[in-house]
Order: sequence, then structure tokens, then C-alpha cells
Amino acid sequence: MTNTAEPLPQQPARSKWRDVWDQFSKHKGALIGGIIFFTIVLLVMVGPWVWPFEANEVNIRLRNQNPSWAHPFGTDQLGRDTFARMIAGGQTSISVGIAAMALSLTLGTLIGVAAGYYRRLDGFLMRFTDLFLSLPILPVLLVMMLLFREPLSEAYGPENGMFVLIVVSIGITSWMPTARIVRGDVIALKEREFVLAARSIGTKDRQIILRHILPNVLSPILVSATLGIANAIITESALSFLGLGFPPDFPTWGRLLNDAVNYLQLYPERVLWPGLAISLTVLSINYLGDGLRDAMDPRIRGR
Amino acid sequence: MKIKSLMMGAVAACAFAPASFAERGSDGNVSIIYWQAPSILNPYLSGGTKDIESSSLVIEPLGRFDQTGAMVAYLAEEIPTVANGGVSEDLTSITWTLKSGLVWSDGSAVTAADVKFTAEYCMHPEGGCAQLAKFDGVTSVDVVDDLTVKVSFNQPKPNPYGPFVGGQTPIIQKAQFENCMGAAAPNCTDENFGPIGTGPFVVTEFRPNDVIQMEANDNYRDASKPAFATLTFKGGGDAMAAGRAVMETGEFDYAWNLQLAPDVIAKMKEGGKGTPISGFGALVERLEMNMTDPSPDLDADTRATRKAPHPFLSDINVRKALSMAIDRPLLVEIGYGPAGRPTCDLVPAPAIYATGNTDCLTQDIAGANALLDEAGWARGGDGIRAKDGVRLSILYQTSTNAVRQDFQALIKEWWGQIGVETELRNLNASVFFGGDPGSPDTFQKFYADVEMYANVFDGTDPQAYLAAYRCGNEPKPESQWQGENINRFCDPEYDKMIDEMARTSDINRRGELGRMMQSMLTNQSYTIVPLVDRGRISAHANSLGGVVLNTFDSELWNVADWYRID
Amino acid sequence: MLTFTIRRLLISIPTLLFISLVIFLLLNLAPNDPMAQVPLTVPPEVKEKMREALGLGQPLYIQFAKWLMQFFWIEPQVLVDHYFGTTFSEGDLRVISWQTRSPVMDIVIQRIPQTLWVVGMSYVVGILIALPIGIYSAYRHYSVFDQAGTFITMIGYSIPPFFTGPLVIVIFAVQLGWLPSTYDTLHQVIDWDSFVVQLQQMVLPVMVLALQTTAQISRYMRASMLDNLNQDYVRTARAKGLSEWTVVMVHVLRNSMIPVVTVIALGLPAIFGGAIITEQIFKVNGIGQQLIGAIYANDLPTVQTLTFIFAFLIVFFNLIADILYGLLDPRIRYD
Repeated sequence: MTNTAEPLPQQPARSKWRDVWDQFSKHKGALIGGIIFFTIVLLVMVGPWVWPFEANEVNIRLRNQNPSWAHPFGTDQLGRDTFARMIAGGQTSISVGIAAMALSLTLGTLIGVAAGYYRRLDGFLMRFTDLFLSLPILPVLLVMMLLFREPLSEAYGPENGMFVLIVVSIGITSWMPTARIVRGDVIALKEREFVLAARSIGTKDRQIILRHILPNVLSPILVSATLGIANAIITESALSFLGLGFPPDFPTWGRLLNDAVNYLQLYPERVLWPGLAISLTVLSINYLGDGLRDAMDPRIRGR
Repeated sequence: MKIKSLMMGAVAACAFAPASFAERGSDGNVSIIYWQAPSILNPYLSGGTKDIESSSLVIEPLGRFDQTGAMVAYLAEEIPTVANGGVSEDLTSITWTLKSGLVWSDGSAVTAADVKFTAEYCMHPEGGCAQLAKFDGVTSVDVVDDLTVKVSFNQPKPNPYGPFVGGQTPIIQKAQFENCMGAAAPNCTDENFGPIGTGPFVVTEFRPNDVIQMEANDNYRDASKPAFATLTFKGGGDAMAAGRAVMETGEFDYAWNLQLAPDVIAKMKEGGKGTPISGFGALVERLEMNMTDPSPDLDADTRATRKAPHPFLSDINVRKALSMAIDRPLLVEIGYGPAGRPTCDLVPAPAIYATGNTDCLTQDIAGANALLDEAGWARGGDGIRAKDGVRLSILYQTSTNAVRQDFQALIKEWWGQIGVETELRNLNASVFFGGDPGSPDTFQKFYADVEMYANVFDGTDPQAYLAAYRCGNEPKPESQWQGENINRFCDPEYDKMIDEMARTSDINRRGELGRMMQSMLTNQSYTIVPLVDRGRISAHANSLGGVVLNTFDSELWNVADWYRID
Repeated sequence: MLTFTIRRLLISIPTLLFISLVIFLLLNLAPNDPMAQVPLTVPPEVKEKMREALGLGQPLYIQFAKWLMQFFWIEPQVLVDHYFGTTFSEGDLRVISWQTRSPVMDIVIQRIPQTLWVVGMSYVVGILIALPIGIYSAYRHYSVFDQAGTFITMIGYSIPPFFTGPLVIVIFAVQLGWLPSTYDTLHQVIDWDSFVVQLQQMVLPVMVLALQTTAQISRYMRASMLDNLNQDYVRTARAKGLSEWTVVMVHVLRNSMIPVVTVIALGLPAIFGGAIITEQIFKVNGIGQQLIGAIYANDLPTVQTLTFIFAFLIVFFNLIADILYGLLDPRIRYD
């Protein structure tokens, strides 16, 4: 929440954010969620420097190993260390998840607020949303790959180019529910007494949106954010599965899970690790969001 | 799962065979699952394997290939040959005689007019017939008498068994399809979904891309067959689910084409309800080397065309070293198990065309390194070899498929050991195998250095298959990127042999030519680097007898002989 | 409200036409080929002939005009003919699938029952479970029930159907042998026993799909309830002496429904759209499987027709949602 455009007196502003932090740090779920999330992030960021195996190191003699001290998560059908692949996969999955979620949330909130608040824009923006909702996703992705893959991979290299492309593809095909939910809430909020009051004293639209509308649509946005991360991680795996994602030697949690499904009965632990990792990440972000929401809500705060 | 246990299964099936001489329809229902669902029961309008095989339950050709690749007569009295006078001495015509007394499932007689009609139906210029290539060179199909039909060719045909042989070109009923010629074909939904045939089963309900319900054909020529009264043909899902439904839950009796890792199939077999069976044809998974430069810096008319030779793959030593670095037996072990064999041949079957070459089967990393050193490709600071500023950096593409991605990872690793850098790419199969000239990702366009896929030929004659590598037959901008010479291979000597083969009828000379030609493509030039001779693996319920897996024709070719083991 | 509805309905027509044009152009731009599934053994010249027979050589505007004509003029006639036994459409070319060479709408109609049975039922089950969970979780904020509900729904949401599908098959079909792993689309419900069979084959796919719906709707329900539970009007209502039940289930719930209505309205078209992965895993072969199969085979007439039907449903249900907003909160005015 940015609230800096306004020349507020210094004292109360600081204490408000202090209040928010106090409330946030008292929220047990948020704290645990935060700790788990940062542990996961730390693990996948630092892991590759510490862990002795590389994600793509094939060791054919050591294939299909059960968990052991050398390979705590076991090895896969080509003898690659599953833990190393989880670390490498986590880097990609978490960054794709967060970046795509952020993109789709920004787009969705912008369009939703604009459509809900300005009646002139509503018709056009909502028909635009309808259009995006109706487009079949796979052809959209195929067209995007066709048009942008080569230019992007020349500009940023094959992996980063692909990253941008995947984040953008997931982002622009998933913002519509957020937009519609936000719009629905804004339409209702706009008629509430406090907004009418603010308007009647001559508050500018910008201020009304930032100070009165946005904080009140925060909770559905945060729900969209947590669901959005899970969605993005899984959509990425669907893209790899269709041959539209990262190069095949580029593990991600979704792809690890997807590959492991065939071995569900033979090596059940292989589906367990990525499944657990995705769930833990999503859960911890969910609790973070809960804590944030409670902390931002003056009515709950101090309860 | 061991080959031995598969063999035992086959032996057991044979031992029980006499029990099958029961009466028609005594064994209830048989259910088949294909993870690709049939869309239409007219193989002339769809080249898809699923459609050809499902329609083979209903409509039949004059002759088929059996599990060894030998021809057997179906609707014909016998297979015409030069020896029995069925094929003319000059090889320009073949005369087929129908079995007498044959009737369609509606009770009317099968006549030579139906055979002639079938050819006209497919050869209609507006029909868009998928099997047109089978009728290549046919000038006329003439009815001699009610049971005899003569097919004439425009030139001597050493292999006159294109039309009416194999599941691709079954005989359809003239009375039914008469009004469905050419542009009218799409209006004939009822006909395409329920062809009247001579096969053991008759369609009762067809739901496109979902399920087919059939019942025994009352007019089938063998009064004691088929043993099953009804047949359910379900489509959809994936290979995993299909295998599970036969071997673990026992919901289905037969599952087609289980492309799964060998240990997964072995685990399924432990379910105890079904048995995997495998058979080999000539399907070869191979690496194709691009002889032209796919660099994106070139303009569209030059990129990946013969105007620009490849910067390093045009050096035979590089191609050879890439092949030497590969451990084919290990690839088979990991990807295919009993359903694969390492091979150095492009045409591993029939035996007369196979060279049986085994040079490539042992991995030789040291040898490959030595070869590259000798050829002047020296390792740079990053361990990647280079010569005159050209780095051995390869873009290696294939379609999306779990086994292919494992192969990519392994081969990348081995190539790394000989100082070759590899970038992997996997592409959506419907884009990769599609021929959209606007897409940069088709296998024909080949905007990569190396690509991997599998290919095969229909039946047992590889002439057309080998003729694909003629100079000028490569995909290029002028031909809208259509063409079969994927590697852009070009050798005038090779072209001469193609021409000679087209004139030669002596089977031994044909075999010799075939062996020479495929050697030129494989171990003499390493343009094509064969990896695995891929078998077909399917599964049948332990209670289903009489199954004989056939890789040369429809898998359901002998469904009339299937029966229930109590 | 009525003028608003009428105006929106009128605007829908150009919107839908525009959407159908965009879909058409998109599909034609996509790098796909209806011949991709034809084996490599069929030579390129033959494939070229097959493409021509499908009408692929024609200019785009003709192809589009043909589709418009077939879909908006001939297909309704076929429907009329079907119900009244007339013969308006005789001899006219309908929208024909490239894969099956049969009318697309016939297959759609064939597939609607199984899609409604499975996907529709999963939606009903999902909503019925989600609403109480969401309401009670918010009411007992941070109770054990709330924590457990959050935990299970979030795990349920973050595990995709491509994993839960095979998992429940292995557990319930392979290990326990209680339920079938394959949906029999030919099965007909005629009596109690066949109804039980139908239920059995629906359980697994419905379970997998309902998990996703439940998670999503219960999260929005809970968040929205939480926002409202501490509003001033709730305090007023309680002060008036209204029963707790009335306060929560009438006042708070009604004011919390807006985001939930949006989510449900967004999900309803998806029922007809089917569930691609789940349908494939259980071989339900409904509309979702038809769409994905058609996309793989680049069967443009089928994809175009199906996506247009979805577009229509999306526009329609969004209109319904907008009308519902007005009913839930009378202060909302569109005029």
C-alpha cells in the first residue's frame, strides 16, 4: 500500500505503520508462515552454492535410489539428485509464481478498480475482460511462443527470455477473475456512506481510490494473490508438459511433480517432495496474507 | 518384466488356442482401450493410426501383413504373385480374385465392383484421400468378372501391393459410399461413422473421439467366429491409465501402445490382471543431423536451406564423434526396456534390408575425443571444442514426451564429455509434427542442429521410405517447407540407387540396394544416427486369448480369433 | 434495471461478434496444422491435397464468413427442424469438424450430458461444502476449525488434478477396488441399480474437481465475511437484539456475497467448458476433452464453435452477476 503521495503529518503516519507491524508480529500464523516462506526462499537461493550435487548431473549408476544420507530425497530415473533438483526447481517455481502473480494482480486490480469506479470505462473494460476470458488459452500461448520466443531469447538468452515469456503468458491469461472480483466490490463500496462522504467534501478520485477503496478490497485481492501463486506454479508445469515451457533440462516443481506422477506407485516419495513444497509455499504465503490483512484492518487491529 | 516371460505368455496363448473353436458370440463382451480415441471409421479420410486400427474391426483389405511381415490373403483367394500368374511378367498389373461367397454385413454380395469403387473413391481429385500414396501409379482398376479385378500401373511396379493391402486401404461398399465421392465426403457422416464391412464386427453406436459399441457380424465368413458377441472400444486418457485399466483394475481386456518407462510397466504387471506383449517392426528413433545452417542470423530464404552448409555438422568427423559418444544399450534400458533394441540401422526390418551393422552399439567416448582432436577441434578454456572460431554448440530439439526428454538429458551429458555444448529444446508435438510453414518449430523446417523423432514405413517395402532422401526432396521455402529429406542429404550416387531400386524386381538385388542405401545414410555418412529400434508394447488381460501382436498392420488384425479364457 | 439489462443484451451482440472474430484470427495465426496427427508415412503431397479438401486454401475472410453463416443461420434451422420436423436446413452445409467430418453441434449435444453430470455435480458439491466452511471459518476466526479448514483447502488448491486424479485412482480403483477408474459414457440410468453405478463412476472425478472449487469459493467467502463481521451495521443489528443467526446469516452473509457471486458466475461457464485434465484422466470425454482434442488436432471449426459457445456463456453469466449485485445491494445503480 503506497500512501506517500500525501503530505501527512509525520507523527501519526509513522505510528500507523508501527501499529500495523505490531499487529502483524503478534499474528502467530503470519509469523510462522513468514518464517517458513523465508526458509524456503533462503534454501533455494543459497542451496546451489552449498549442496554438492548439481540438478542436471546424470549419474546412471545411482539411478532410482531411495532416500539416503548422500541423497536425502533419493535420485530419479537418470540418477540425478532429487534434492538438488528441488532446489533448482524452487528457484524457478517461486520466481515464476511470484512474478506472474504480481503481474496478474496488478493488471486485475487496475482494471477492476477502473471499471468499478469509473462508469464510463466499465462497459469497455468488462467487455475486454469477457474477451480475455473467452480466448482459448493454448492457442494464445502458441501464438505468443511463435511471435516472441526467438526475439526474447535473442535479447535475454534462452532461459531468461523464456522466463519473461512464461511470466507474461501466465500473467495475461489469469488476471480476469481478480478484475471481476475487485470490480464487483468497488461497485458496492462506491455507494457506501464513507465514500459518499469523502466525495462530498471534495476529495479527489485518486485519493478516494487510494485511501478508501483499495484498503477495503484488500482481502479479496490477497486471496487472489495466494490462489494466484499456486495457479502460476501449476500452470507453468502444464506449459512444460505441453512443450511450451522451459527447456527440458530446467527443473521446476510443477515439472518434477508431473514427471513423478507416472512413478506414483513405484516411488511415492517422488511426488511427495514437489507436492509438499508447492503446498508449503502456498500455505505460508496464505498465512502471510492473512496476517497482513488483519494488520491493515483498523477494525481488527487492537482487538 | 523379462522377454522370457513374454515368450511364455505367447506359448501359453498358443497352447490354449484349440479351445477357441467355440461358437460365435459365446464369450460375451470384449473391451479394448486406446488412449487416442478414434474420430472416424473411414481410414481414407483420416490417416490416424487410431482410426485405421478401429476401422479394421469392420472393414477389411484384400490382403494383410501378419506378425512376421508376410502377406496373408483376407478377402482375396490368395496373394497374387508372378509365380501364380496374378502379377504380370512385366510387373505393370496385378489381378486379384475375391473369395467366393463373401457377403457384406448387410447380406449383399461382395463383388469386384466394390474393389474398383474403393479405388475410385480414394483417387477422386477432390476427396483429399489420406491413402492416396497407396494408389500411386495406378492407371486403372478394371472389373474382369464378378470376383476378379485387375489393377494396372503406369510403369513396372516391383512392389504392386500398395492398393488393397494392409489396414490403410480396406474395401468399402459401393452401394453405401456411392454418393460420398469427392467433395461430398464430409456430408456422409452416417457412412463414415458406420461403414458396412466384411469384418468380424458391426458398428452399433459410434461416438466420435469417445467410444464405439460393436456387435458380432452375423454374416462373417467363418461361422464360428468371432467368439465375442459384443465389443466396446473406448478411447481417451493416456497410456498410463490405459495400462492400469488392463493390468491393475481389469476393467479392459486390451490396451494399445503403452509408451511407458519399462519399470512402470513391470510394476503394473504385478497387478496380476494382465500381461504386456511386445513386437518389433521397423520404427526407429533416430537423431537427424542438419546438413544446413539453421542460424537465425541468416535471412529466411537461406536459413536451413542447401544454400548454407552447416558450420560444423558438415564435417563428417563431428557427426561420427557425436554418434560414437552415445551409449545405445543404456538408452534402451532406460527408455524402452523389452520394447526396444539398440540399432545402427535405419531399416532394421525386414531382415533382407537390414545391414545388421553393430559398430555403433558400444559407446566410445575416448575414441570420439581422439577423432575430434585429430580433426582439429581443440578444447577451449571452457572445455568446449572449437575450430577457426566455430564452437561445437548444438541446439537439440525434439517433441515433448517423457522418454525423449530423458534421452535428451543423457545425450547432452555424453556430448558434454566430448567437449560439445548442447542446448535442449522440446516442442509441442502438434506443432513439431505439423507442417505449418509459418511456424519456426516444425521438424521439416529444422531450425536446430540436431533433432530426434521416430519414423517408419507402411508394410514391408522401404522403397518410398529410402527414396525420401533424394536431392531436391528437402523442405525448402520454395516448396512451402514440405519435403521428406529432412537432413537435406544430397548424393548423386544415392539418387542413382533410388532409380535402380524403382526398376528392380529381384528381391535379392532390392535387398542389396536397400542395405547399400541405408549404409550411405547411417554408418558411412552419419547423416542419420539411429538410436533405438522401437517395438510396440501393448497389454491384454490374462483372460483374453488369441492375441497376436502385429506391428506391420493393424494390431487388431486377428480380432476374430480372440476368445475368453475361463 | 430493465433498461440496463436490455442495453447490456444489445451490446452483447457486437461484443460477441468481435470476440468470435478475434478467436478466429488467433486460431489462424497459431502455428498448428490439422495434418500434425497424420502419420509421417503419409507423404507431403497427399497432406497438401487433404488440406485443400478441408477448404484451407480459401482466403481468411471467406472462411470466417462461411463459419458465421453456418453457425448463425444454418445451425438454428437445424434446431428448428429437429423440434418441428421441418426441412429448412436440408442440403445446407453445417459446421463440420475436420477431425470427424461430422457436424460439430451433434458432438457437442452428445457430450453435454456427461459434462453436466460430472463437472456440474462437482460444482454443486463444491459450493455446498465451501459456503458453510467459509462462513463458519470467518465466524470462528482463528479457531481450530478455521485453521484446519484453511490448511485443507489450501493444500487441496495447491495440488493439481493431474496429481490428485491418478492418486485417487491408485487408492480407490487399484488398491481398494471400490470404484471404476474409467467413466462409461454409454451407461444409461434406467433404474436404481444403474443409478448406483452412475454414482460410483462419478465419485472420483467429482471428488477431484470439487476439491478445487471448494478451496477457491471458501477462501473468498471467508475473506468477505471477515470484512463485514466487524462493520458498524453488525454492531447495530446485534444492539437491536436480533438473534446471532439472523445477524450472521441474513445481514452479514448478504453483504458478503458480492465477491462470491462473482466467483461463482465466473465458474459457471467453465462447467459447460468441462474440465480438461480431469475429464482426460477419467476418460469422461465431455466437452473439455472435445475442446482439447480439437486444439491438438487443430480442428478449427470445432475450436471456433466451442470457444464461441463459451464466450456466449461468459458474457451471459457476467450479466447475471451484475444483475445479482443490484439485488444484493440495492444501493448499486447502473443507470
